[in-house]
Amino acid sequence: MKKVVLVGATRGMGRAVARILAERGDSLFLLGRNAAELGKSAEDLSHRGPANGAPVAHAPLDLEQPGSFAAALDAASAALGGIDCVVLSAALFAQQDALEEDAELARRLLEVNFTNTIVFCEEVRRRMLASGGGTLCVFSSVAGDRGRKPVGIYGASKAGLSHYLESLDHKYREKGLVTICIKPGFVKTGMTAGLKPPPFAGEPVPVARQVVRAIDRGTPMVYAPGIWRLVMLVIQNLPRAVMRRVGF
Amino acid sequence: MPPSEHAPPPAAPQTALRSGNPEAWQTLAQATIEGWGRDGRPAAELGGDDLARLTERVPLTRGMGRSYGHSSLPPARWPVVASSIFADRILRFDTESGELCCESGLLLRDLNRLSLPRRWFVPVTPGTASVTIGGMVASDVHGKNHHSGGTFGEYVTRLKMRVADGRIVECTPQEHADLFWATIGGMGLTGHILEVTFQMQKIPSPWIWERSERLPNLDAFLDRLLETADEWPMSVGWVDCLSQGSRLGRGHLNLGRWATPQEAPRREPKPRPAITIPDIWPDWIVNKPFMRIFNELVYWSHWRRVKTGIVSPEKFFYPLDVLRKWNRMYGRNGAMTQYQCVLPHTAGRGATRALLELLRREGGAGFLCVIKDCGAEGRGLLSYPMPGVSIALDIRITPETPRIVDRLNEFVIECGGRIYLTKDRFTRPEHFRAMEPRLDRFMEVRKAWDPHLKIRSAQSIFTLGDPP
Repeated sequence: MKKVVLVGATRGMGRAVARILAERGDSLFLLGRNAAELGKSAEDLSHRGPANGAPVAHAPLDLEQPGSFAAALDAASAALGGIDCVVLSAALFAQQDALEEDAELARRLLEVNFTNTIVFCEEVRRRMLASGGGTLCVFSSVAGDRGRKPVGIYGASKAGLSHYLESLDHKYREKGLVTICIKPGFVKTGMTAGLKPPPFAGEPVPVARQVVRAIDRGTPMVYAPGIWRLVMLVIQNLPRAVMRRVGF
Repeated sequence: MPPSEHAPPPAAPQTALRSGNPEAWQTLAQATIEGWGRDGRPAAELGGDDLARLTERVPLTRGMGRSYGHSSLPPARWPVVASSIFADRILRFDTESGELCCESGLLLRDLNRLSLPRRWFVPVTPGTASVTIGGMVASDVHGKNHHSGGTFGEYVTRLKMRVADGRIVECTPQEHADLFWATIGGMGLTGHILEVTFQMQKIPSPWIWERSERLPNLDAFLDRLLETADEWPMSVGWVDCLSQGSRLGRGHLNLGRWATPQEAPRREPKPRPAITIPDIWPDWIVNKPFMRIFNELVYWSHWRRVKTGIVSPEKFFYPLDVLRKWNRMYGRNGAMTQYQCVLPHTAGRGATRALLELLRREGGAGFLCVIKDCGAEGRGLLSYPMPGVSIALDIRITPETPRIVDRLNEFVIECGGRIYLTKDRFTRPEHFRAMEPRLDRFMEVRKAWDPHLKIRSAQSIFTLGDPP
C-alpha cells in the first residue's frame, strides 16, 4: 500500500488515476485550489477505497502561489505518515490565439506550467531525497515534443517541463527518486469534451491504468495512449517546410 | 493539433454558452447526436466536469443516451444538450442506512462494481448497466423486480436540480413535492438533474439464484409469469414473436432472487469480458429468415425444460451488455426503435396475444420481445409501469414504422394501457394524451416551474406536443 499525494485529482486524468489508486487500497491525499471540489472528490475516493480505510483528506494548494507548497506538503505528509508518491496533473491550458492576444494570460500559463510546477517538484525532490526516495509522476504533454502552430506557448511550457523531468530522473534515480513524465495525447475527459476527438483519442480509464502501471514500474516516460509515441515520432521528423504548411 | 488532456472546452462553445442564445448553437451543431435507436439529429453536446455550470443555458441534459428515440435529443431550434457523464462522483454513502448521494452522471456499471463487494446493490436496475443514475431517475426505470419492488423512483429521497429559471433547487417527497414527483419519470423535462440521493439495498451475497424455464407457448408463458410472482422477487421472459399459431409466444422465463450466503460461491463474481459489435453490417442483415433462425437457436439453447443454479448479477440483469453496441446489428445506416407498452390485467389474457399477432400482421416483428408483469403504479407523474403485462419489442425503422406504431398505439389505448417514453420514437401527441390521463397534471407542474417550456427535448416536441 502506497501513500500518494495528488495535485489536480478533482477532474480529468487526475480523477481517473486517483480512482484506480483508491480502489486498490492506496492511501491518498488531495491538493488543489478549490476546497469544495476537493471535498467532493475526497468523499468520492473514500467510498472507492477499502471498507475500513481511512477517509481521504485534502489541503489547499495553488500552483500560482509557490508560498503555499511547503505547508501543503507538510499537511499531506502529516496526514499520511510520509509520502511515497506525488502525482501532479494540474496545469493551465488556453488556445494559442487567446494566449497571443493576452500577455497576462500567457505569463500566468508559463508561470504555472513551467516555473511553479518545477518549484513544486523541487520541493518534493528535497523531501523525498531526505526521506530515502519516492516517485514523482508529472503530467507534461505531447504538445512539448515539437514546436507547432496551435500549441506554441502552451507547448513551450510543457517542453521545458519535460526537459526538467528527464534531467531530474537522470540525476536522482540512483539516489531513490524516480521521476515519471507522462505525455498524454488526446484523452476523452471532461476537459476535452467540447473538442472533436482526433484519431487515436484515448479513454480516461485505460490511460489512467497505463499511468498507474508506469508509477509501479518506474517507467521514466510514458506516451498515453501508447500510439502517440509513434504519432509524435512522425511529427518530430517532419521537415520544417512541411510543418510551416500544415495546421497541426 | 493533438490538444492535451488539460484542454478546457474550446473557446467557441464558451461564447455560445455565455450568450445563451439558441441561434448561437446552430452553427456549432455539426455532430450527430443519437439515442440507442441510432436515429440521430445534428446537435452539439456540451461536456465537462462541472454539470451545474454546463446546465446554465441549455434546454436539456443527457446521460448515456440509452433511451431509444429522441428523449435525450435537444430541440432542433436549440440544438445543444449538456452531457452529465463526467459528473460522476459519489458524494455520500451511509454504510448503516444505505443512503447514497451521487452526481447524476454516475454510471450504474461503476456503482455496481463498487457496491457488490460491499454487499449493497441498487434497489432497481434496468436491463443495461450502461446508464447513469440521473437517467434512471428521468426514466423512472423498472426492472425484473417491478412486481415486488416497484420502480427506481420509489427509492429516491432527494434530488438536486437546476430548474428553468436558473435556480438550483433541492426537492424531496416533502419539499417541492410537485417538482419531485414530476421529475421521477419526467424524462428530464422538469429541469436538469444534478444530484440524486437514493436508498441502496442490502444483499445477502453478490450472486443470483436463478431458475429458468422453457415454455411452449404464450398461454403457458403468461400462466407461469403470474404464478411465480409471489415466490420469485425477480422475473422476466424472452418470447419468440416470430413463431405462429399454437407456438406463438413460446419462450424462456427467467426467475431469480439474491442467493443466500450458504448457496453462494465463496468468490466474488468477475466482470464478464464484453465484445464490441463492429459497425460494418449491411442494413439488410437483420431480416426475417435471419431472425427466424436466430430465434429458433435461442429457443432451443434452453434444451432442458427447467434449469436452476447460481449466476452472476451481470449475466442475470444485463444479458445484452455482453455485446457492446448491439444496436449496430441493424446495419450501418439502420435505425431501430422499441415499442414497449403495458397492458392492464383488466384487458384480459387475450390482449397480449392480440398485440403480438397485430405486430406480426403489420410486419414489424423483430429479434427481441421481452415480457414481464408489472406491480403497482409508481408515484412519478409520468412513471411508466401499471399493474399488468409489460411487452417490449424491437422494431427496425422503415417508412412503415410510424404507421405500425400508430396501429399498436390504437390497440393499447383500447386496452387502457400505456407506452414507455424511454423506448418510444413515433407516438403522436393525441395518442399519448389518450393513454395518459396524468399528462395534464404533469404539464401543470412543468409549467409552474418552467412557464415558457424552455427545458424540452426533441421527444417532448414530437410526442408531448411542446412548441418546437
